[in-house]
Amino acid sequence: MQLLNTLYVTTADTYLRLDNDTLRVEVEQETRLRVPLHHLSAVVCFGHTGLSAPLMHRLAEGGIALVLLDDNGRFKARLEGAVTGNVLLRQAQFGRVADPAFTLDMARACVAGKIKNTRQVLQRGAREAKSEDEAQVLTRLADDLAASLRALTEATSLDVLRGIEGEAARQYFIGLNLLVRPESRAVFQMDGRTRRPPRDRFNAMLSFLYSMWMNDCRSALEAAGLDPQVGFLHALRPGRAALALDLMEEFRPWADRLALTLINRGQLTADDFVLREGGGVLLEPDARKAVVVAYQERKRDEINHPLLAQSVPLGLVPLVQARLMARALRDDGAPYVPFVAK
Amino acid sequence: MDEPEKIPLSALQHWRYCPRQCGLIHLEQVFDDNVHTLRGQAVHAKVDQPGVETAKGVRVERALPLWHDELGLVGKSDVVEFLAGGVPYPVEYKHGSRNKAADIAACDDLQLAAQGMCLQAMTGKTVNEGALYYATSKRRRVVAITEQLRADVAQTADAIRQMLASGELPPPLVGEQATKRCKACSLLERCQPQATHAGLIAARSALFDPDA
Repeated sequence: MQLLNTLYVTTADTYLRLDNDTLRVEVEQETRLRVPLHHLSAVVCFGHTGLSAPLMHRLAEGGIALVLLDDNGRFKARLEGAVTGNVLLRQAQFGRVADPAFTLDMARACVAGKIKNTRQVLQRGAREAKSEDEAQVLTRLADDLAASLRALTEATSLDVLRGIEGEAARQYFIGLNLLVRPESRAVFQMDGRTRRPPRDRFNAMLSFLYSMWMNDCRSALEAAGLDPQVGFLHALRPGRAALALDLMEEFRPWADRLALTLINRGQLTADDFVLREGGGVLLEPDARKAVVVAYQERKRDEINHPLLAQSVPLGLVPLVQARLMARALRDDGAPYVPFVAK
Repeated sequence: MDEPEKIPLSALQHWRYCPRQCGLIHLEQVFDDNVHTLRGQAVHAKVDQPGVETAKGVRVERALPLWHDELGLVGKSDVVEFLAGGVPYPVEYKHGSRNKAADIAACDDLQLAAQGMCLQAMTGKTVNEGALYYATSKRRRVVAITEQLRADVAQTADAIRQMLASGELPPPLVGEQATKRCKACSLLERCQPQATHAGLIAARSALFDPDA
């Protein structure tokens, strides 16, 4: 399994074209970059990017995903070939979503993965805390998350499960504020999760990082032959990639950690954000680029996958998990187990 | 009514190597390349072009379509040499060298025997022999198409047809076979043989334990 590059095009008014077997990036008719296509698994374009039809054909032929996002990283479209793969797998997926017991079981696993990984973020924060008081608060919040995790086994409905998840997320986001280094807290405080639009800088970063993880989870599910819209924890709704959201839950803490790293290393500062009239907060274009680069680097980190007992680049873990999901949907003896880092 | 599903000749070889590999390719319809499959493609690049040659009085057909209605097999031969009297002699190209482990060589033998049986059914001539050509060592290995091998072909075709009809993916190899075969398999990452049922069930029960 090889982690190939994703080319993110964030510069406005860029034009992409095919040049033999390379992708050529032009800005104002000047070549800025050439990338051999066999190094790419996906091309992700933000906002105003142009591209040639021959390039689109070649990407489709090579199985290289082409994804179009708006300026804020929200999904617009992807270039997709004919529906292929295993119709039996999709049929099983549709059958499972109609089975309440299976749906609850799958949703429970997704929430558990998220809570377990968020708890690790707080525990690590407690170990590294500078003040005894803060370490105590973080430890207490981590204990609350442990209680939420145990409570999941007793949840008898999706509503109860979602309630536990919401409460755990609230506690966790309180803790996240304490993981921001004291000098940056005035600039990067969050009062819970806000979106559409995000109302503070921390949330603006999280929204942007989540949308990139979301796209990767969606691609991973498609690569595994699953329908990303048919999910379990997240209700079916037209236009919503419910299964991609389910899969993403276990990865959210990875995005949160990366946001903290960028803040605490001073890679992003107050000036990297635009505060819009009325309270919405957006990332400046250059800051977006910095986040994309950091995300790409993070995906190369080798992570030990406990179930496969081998190390896998973080960027490929969504694919590994999508395959385990496919297996859980087809095979009664194989429950889904989210990725929990040791 | 649907006619019984035709089984590709290559599926026999896949099944003998690993039933799960056969299921992944022919049921799940997935295929991944690794260095072994790419080498295999390079070897086949020459023989995949349909054509006829005559050399030393032997007519050679490349990429010849093959079928066997009774067994429900379809496929293609790399090379068929037509000997004196029109007796067909199948030659299957493989990358690597002739000294393959006996159990791996047996997978190739099965595929070749199936080709011989197709040719026999198509031409009415008895086909008792064929050869495997190993591209790295440039050696041929002659394979006698015995009654035992013919019975194995029929039995394997039945097993594959049952698997396809059930829609169920066979379990991964275990033990010594897994040690020897999985590492060379291009589908290793899709197959995830390390994540056993027992391992998944254990990991699932530990999931709700905060300190596990």
